[in-house]
Amino acid sequence: MNVAVAKTGSGRAVSDLFASAEGRLPGSPAVVAVRRQAFDTYERLGLPHRRIEEWKYTDLRALVGEVLPLAGSPDTAALSRAMEAVKAHAFAGACKLVLVDGVFAADLSDAKALPSGVSVTTLREVLEKSADLLTTASTDAVISLNAAMATDGVVLSISDGAQPSAPVQIIHVATAPSASAFTRSQVRIGKGARATIIESFVAAGAGAYQVSDAVLLSIGDDADVAYIRLMDDAPDAVNITSQFVTVGANVKLNYFNMTSGGAVSRLQGFITFTGEGSELSLNGVNLLKKTEHGDLTLLVDHAVPNCMSRETFRAVIDDRGHSVFQGRIIVRPDAQKTDGKMMTRALLLSDEAEADNKPELEIFADDVSCGHGATAGALDDNLLFYLKARGLPEKQAQALLIQAFVGEAIEQIADDDLREHVIGIAERWLERRS
Amino acid sequence: MALLEVKDLKVRVEEREILHGLSLTVNEGEVHAIMGPNGSGKSTLSHVIAGKPGYEVTDGQILFKGEDLLEMDPEERAAKGVFLAFQYPVEIPGVATMTFLRTALNAQRKARGESEYSTPDFLKKVREVSKSLNIPQDMLKRGVNVGFSGGEKKRNEVLQMALFEPALCILDEMDSGLDIDALRIAADGVNALRTPKRAMVVITHYQRLLNYIIPDFVHVMSRGRVVKSGDKQLALELEESGYAQFEEAA
Ligand SMILES: Nc1ncnc2c1ncn2[C@@H]1O[C@H](COP(=O)(O)OP(=O)(O)O)[C@@H](O)[C@H]1O
Ligand SMILES: [Mg+2]
Repeated sequence: MNVAVAKTGSGRAVSDLFASAEGRLPGSPAVVAVRRQAFDTYERLGLPHRRIEEWKYTDLRALVGEVLPLAGSPDTAALSRAMEAVKAHAFAGACKLVLVDGVFAADLSDAKALPSGVSVTTLREVLEKSADLLTTASTDAVISLNAAMATDGVVLSISDGAQPSAPVQIIHVATAPSASAFTRSQVRIGKGARATIIESFVAAGAGAYQVSDAVLLSIGDDADVAYIRLMDDAPDAVNITSQFVTVGANVKLNYFNMTSGGAVSRLQGFITFTGEGSELSLNGVNLLKKTEHGDLTLLVDHAVPNCMSRETFRAVIDDRGHSVFQGRIIVRPDAQKTDGKMMTRALLLSDEAEADNKPELEIFADDVSCGHGATAGALDDNLLFYLKARGLPEKQAQALLIQAFVGEAIEQIADDDLREHVIGIAERWLERRS
Repeated sequence: MALLEVKDLKVRVEEREILHGLSLTVNEGEVHAIMGPNGSGKSTLSHVIAGKPGYEVTDGQILFKGEDLLEMDPEERAAKGVFLAFQYPVEIPGVATMTFLRTALNAQRKARGESEYSTPDFLKKVREVSKSLNIPQDMLKRGVNVGFSGGEKKRNEVLQMALFEPALCILDEMDSGLDIDALRIAADGVNALRTPKRAMVVITHYQRLLNYIIPDFVHVMSRGRVVKSGDKQLALELEESGYAQFEEAA
């Protein structure tokens, strides 16, 4: 843009966003410098738009327009709303770590009663000493903006060989309407550890809020990890999350994301195999209605030989919803015996529903087995009629078939209770539909 | 009042008339057999009674307990007691048979203003009926009809009939694809459901099924019409002489 001061849609100067927030952003002087640089990068690039290849189907300039001012600190009323939301969305028995409007809420968290092998601190604390968590190799504008603006996050570590007795659930609660929250977390899973991490995004009375989250997940050799993300935001919210994952050797990682709310949401995952013999099961569900836009963009980098990745993605799209799946698999020259496959299916519940699917295989090794497949279609009329002829009203017949459809991805979650928890969220989405 | 009254029914599929003024009256407790060669419109009739989309009724009427059936959605017809055992039951992957049975039964009960079945009562009932039909419990955990043999699919239809307790059962070619043992099990299941109130319409190409399910009336269908009606004797005559005579009459 060739004007002196970049302006957003509402006429606010882009630089105001940072200037007005800077005093409230934690960190040492070194951190301040990193933030300023990151914001410069963002200011230069602006929000991603359709001419940026990775953002072709999710034009944030058109869909979001501007970044809202940083949320203030939640007051007592907001915190008590947040507590209710945490109760409603907590997974039974999980160790809860709660972020309210982008700031760690110790009083709502179980940080004082952590299962053995789990240690937790906050981004806020870490930034007093080091700016490392704000730097990534990415050149993506939303990730730069996140580095500039991150107010807090969870810095979670599971020690080597630990098998925590309970899953850890990070719950992001939005209480402030028309404001944004920037969080950045780190999750480190030690060698040989066995752990379940859940991340939930929910609203407590707030609407039209914006979430920008980044998670740096590293998984040590021989670990067995289930990572479940549940983006169950308010209907008019925006949620843009970036997740960087490094996977050591002989790891089993079961990764799942479900989007069941939010006007605009995108999860971009960058997963790199750094050790041989690992297996990744990556599964996603998008449940979209009205004019909701949901984007799952995954880059799986087979940088080493002998790893397996399986991606199963299901989208259910009603009304004028728009689902995007971009699945890129890179197989580096050394990565022989790579086995990487992805399958995506979209269920279109209305004539105006839209599904974009962009698989990309970039294979530089010769002894590999890789592939992808995609389908898009409506519910089968013959199945619907069979159910109706047995007494099920239209919506209920549809619901049963939709549950079966998304079940193909949800069934990849191994833990029975967790699977039921996820099915419950999908069922509530179906109830809101009818 | 008759339970089911089909009057001068004319039905089109994709601009082509398939039923050309068909009439049929079924009273409570009666078992009617409809026999006819392939393509005579038997499945079309059963689909129109059940409310399958894609059929255009251009003339005539279907009354069920005096009410206009054609005005009702398929699920409403089911709740009122119309049950069609399909010639080709569909497979529904991912929907466990047990979940399907309970959801369907409770949807029907809800539509009738009845209370939902309690889980123990429901399970007890399913277990009883499936046992008598030789349906292993393990089958009920699988997706509806997924991986079922032809005989198992038909038995699953009879199982639903027993659970839903409809007033009118229409069995479309229940015998197709079944060997004699499978046929006997399914037919025994159907016979166990005969009551002085419940009516049945048994559609078949062959007389064989009628050795097991003995009808009160037999109708011969040809080219979209009922061309002859009689008692079970008519089925035996057909077995001797075949459908050719009626093809000409139609
Ligand atoms: N969906 C359809 N589209 C076109 N023609 C159909 C359709 N269903 C049935 N027909 C035609 O209607 C006639 C009667 O078919 P059907 O009712 O299946 O006969 P039956 O069950 O007695 O064998 C046949 O000529 C068949 O080809
Ligand atoms: Mg037929």
